[in-house]
Amino acid sequence: MFSKPNNSLNSNHTSQYANTHNLIIKNFLDFFINNIGILIALILICIILAFSTPVFLTQDNMLSVLRQVSTNMCLALGMTLIIMLGGIDLSVGSIVAMAGTLTVGFISIGEMGIVPAILLGLLIGTLCGAANGAAIAYTGIPPFIVTLAMMMIARGIGFIYSGGQSIRIFDDNFTTIGTGYLGVIPYPVIYMFVFIVVMLIIVNRTRLGTYIYALGGNREAARLSGIPIKRVEIIVYTIAGFLAAFAGIVLAARMYSGQPSVAQGYEMDAIAACVLGGISMSGGIGRISGTILGVFVIGIINNGLNLLGVNSFWQLVAKGVIIFLAVYVDILKRKRSKSA
Amino acid sequence: MEPIALQLNQIEKKFAGVHALKNMHFTLQQGEVHGLLGENGAGKSTLIKIIGGIYKPDHGEIRINGKNVTINNIKEAQAYGINVIHQEIVLVPHISIYENIFLGREPINKWGLKDHKKMISKAQIMMASMDLSIDVLTPVYKLTIAQQQLVEIVKAISFNVRILIMDEPTSSLTEKEVEQLFVMIKKLKEHNVSIIYISHRMDELFAITDQISVIRDGEYVDTVKTSQTHIDELVKMMVGRSLNNYYQRNYQQSNDVILSVENLTRNGVFSNINFQLKKGEILGFSGLMGAGRSEIMRAIFGVDKYDSGTIYFENKPILIRCPQDAIDLGIALVPEDRKKEGLVLNNSIGFNLSLTVLKQFIHGCFVNHKQREKIIQNYITKLNIKTPSANKIVGELSGGNQQKVVIAKWLATSPKLIILDEPTRGIDIGAKAEIYKIIDELCANGIAIIMISSELPEIINMCDRVCVVANGEIQGELSQTELSQEKIMKLATGRA
Repeated sequence: MFSKPNNSLNSNHTSQYANTHNLIIKNFLDFFINNIGILIALILICIILAFSTPVFLTQDNMLSVLRQVSTNMCLALGMTLIIMLGGIDLSVGSIVAMAGTLTVGFISIGEMGIVPAILLGLLIGTLCGAANGAAIAYTGIPPFIVTLAMMMIARGIGFIYSGGQSIRIFDDNFTTIGTGYLGVIPYPVIYMFVFIVVMLIIVNRTRLGTYIYALGGNREAARLSGIPIKRVEIIVYTIAGFLAAFAGIVLAARMYSGQPSVAQGYEMDAIAACVLGGISMSGGIGRISGTILGVFVIGIINNGLNLLGVNSFWQLVAKGVIIFLAVYVDILKRKRSKSA
Repeated sequence: MEPIALQLNQIEKKFAGVHALKNMHFTLQQGEVHGLLGENGAGKSTLIKIIGGIYKPDHGEIRINGKNVTINNIKEAQAYGINVIHQEIVLVPHISIYENIFLGREPINKWGLKDHKKMISKAQIMMASMDLSIDVLTPVYKLTIAQQQLVEIVKAISFNVRILIMDEPTSSLTEKEVEQLFVMIKKLKEHNVSIIYISHRMDELFAITDQISVIRDGEYVDTVKTSQTHIDELVKMMVGRSLNNYYQRNYQQSNDVILSVENLTRNGVFSNINFQLKKGEILGFSGLMGAGRSEIMRAIFGVDKYDSGTIYFENKPILIRCPQDAIDLGIALVPEDRKKEGLVLNNSIGFNLSLTVLKQFIHGCFVNHKQREKIIQNYITKLNIKTPSANKIVGELSGGNQQKVVIAKWLATSPKLIILDEPTRGIDIGAKAEIYKIIDELCANGIAIIMISSELPEIINMCDRVCVVANGEIQGELSQTELSQEKIMKLATGRA
């Protein structure tokens, strides 16, 4: 540390490797301990569904659950970074609709090539995210307000461009993005896994990941450590914008149309998944693994209630109750571990 | 004469046209511990922010190792080997120790990813070199405040530090932990690191510093050798006049027992707590941090539950289920952390003062503004709160005035018993003397006081009796004539 750092090493030298190894095991154990409530809930729901409907455990249904959750997964992954940063993003649902509508419109109406249209759609969605981040970083307006404004703006742009109508598309080269399969696995599921891996790397292995925890956990500490706070904020909101745009384009391809009114309230599903996964709304606490579980819990509840033939209005009520209970159990657990 | 590490000449800094610093001088020699002393608002924090690269001075020169430099930001200051340990702990709670140490400058491997292995092993070396045996993988929120402070020091050192600034490093440490900190400081000194040490605690300044510089109202007063000065001289330099009767206390006898606690127990936190308190008496509670002092008081005030035992108030057994019950009986608790537990910081003095007594001037939907003003003005004058108006935001007041607002807020409830938890933490010497005076006056009016404090001189000079707590039990009760630092520490550390 001062002049000859190696002199004082002796005592801890041998434990170095053991420690990195322990780190992996420790992370794995932490995963179970931290998420025990939601894990039990997930397993219980699966057991109940497995017994009450024969379709649930089939390969087809499993793959369709995976495909159904892929949109929410994209949004929830981005939302996780934002919430860990201490922020919130209400605009992602609107960005989904806008990006899908614009991209389809560029191809069908604007007669643009598929690749340039997709790139342009992605770019516009990403820029919306960047605009969120920049506004939050430089104006000091709270994220709730900034993204509320963006939610309206992006939704409006979709409607303006399409004249309020949905735009159809039948070009197989485009729709296959959302409907195609690699073997038995739907393309959207593959995108989802790629994003999960990338996000795990970002959060756990890059500086950006640490900076997100730092900003959300103690902004002053982050500032005094020389972390470029504004840049981190902009990058994180930009990532969320990109993921939302991507999800929107895939969704449009799957529906053979760009619909400006689609994806209403998707941001709330994403937030719900984060909350279920133990991402603290006050920032600084959370793991990607938690969000992934949260997304699956919501997805499986949706799927199960569909299979059981529950009316979709009642599904909303059921989902609300389950989210409330799951988070309440989590808080009870935390209280008990605190007082013990 | 040692070579000079840092020299400031004629530094001037204005905020909105008001001088925070003018004509400031400061000379720091290599390898010395240099105390910086001044009342709150004297300009200490502005000064260290200028050295640390957070503010830029309007005028004046900064010389490091004899060379004229400008410091534009924190990173540049760090490049010059300057590092600041701030008063409030600035670590990120939910990441590990090693990630905190390397925050903002993580080593990267050839893939552009963080090199965890390298960080862990380097962090272990640093911790070991400071004789700390905490696993660097531990997340910071699991550490005690003292441990966090030590991690902060390790973090500061890891910048290849030449000049270390410590702003009130001991404000939340126990005596024993302070000793550990001093050992660390001496080690740094051996490595020729220069240290600027800011503290309100005179005994610490005398124990650790080589020289002390005093500043007042943004101006440099003087620098003295620690071995050639004494406390009265420093106080005089600091406040510009001499403070007579620093501790004020007129002892008086009363036989009316107001509070009596029998066998109070909260499983796993404290057990068999027995004590009595008479009117007009100050009962001190001493002990190390985490000994259970605050927890006992929280139980009496109804914040926490207790499992067994009886509390008698004015000779009647009482049951307190929540703070409101305690307030109705005439008990007040002035909490330890005034910013977190005592005040609504971003609201006005008046708002804070009247919060406990809304009933006295709001009836249904009618607000008696005259009555409100009367209550507020009464306490502002009574406690000599220095403010241009009752509408001033509490967060903008000095620590001493904030503390007065908290005390006033509770006095407004006309309590018979006041529990003061660390009533003078982090406030300057002038304000302390005023708080002591207020406490003494309260006693004279027959109010009973329980005072929890980690500052032994304060406990010894203010209290009629002292209960020493360790491991959740009262280890002994000392009367006024028996009180001494040694006796209290022996009981507190279980070495009696």
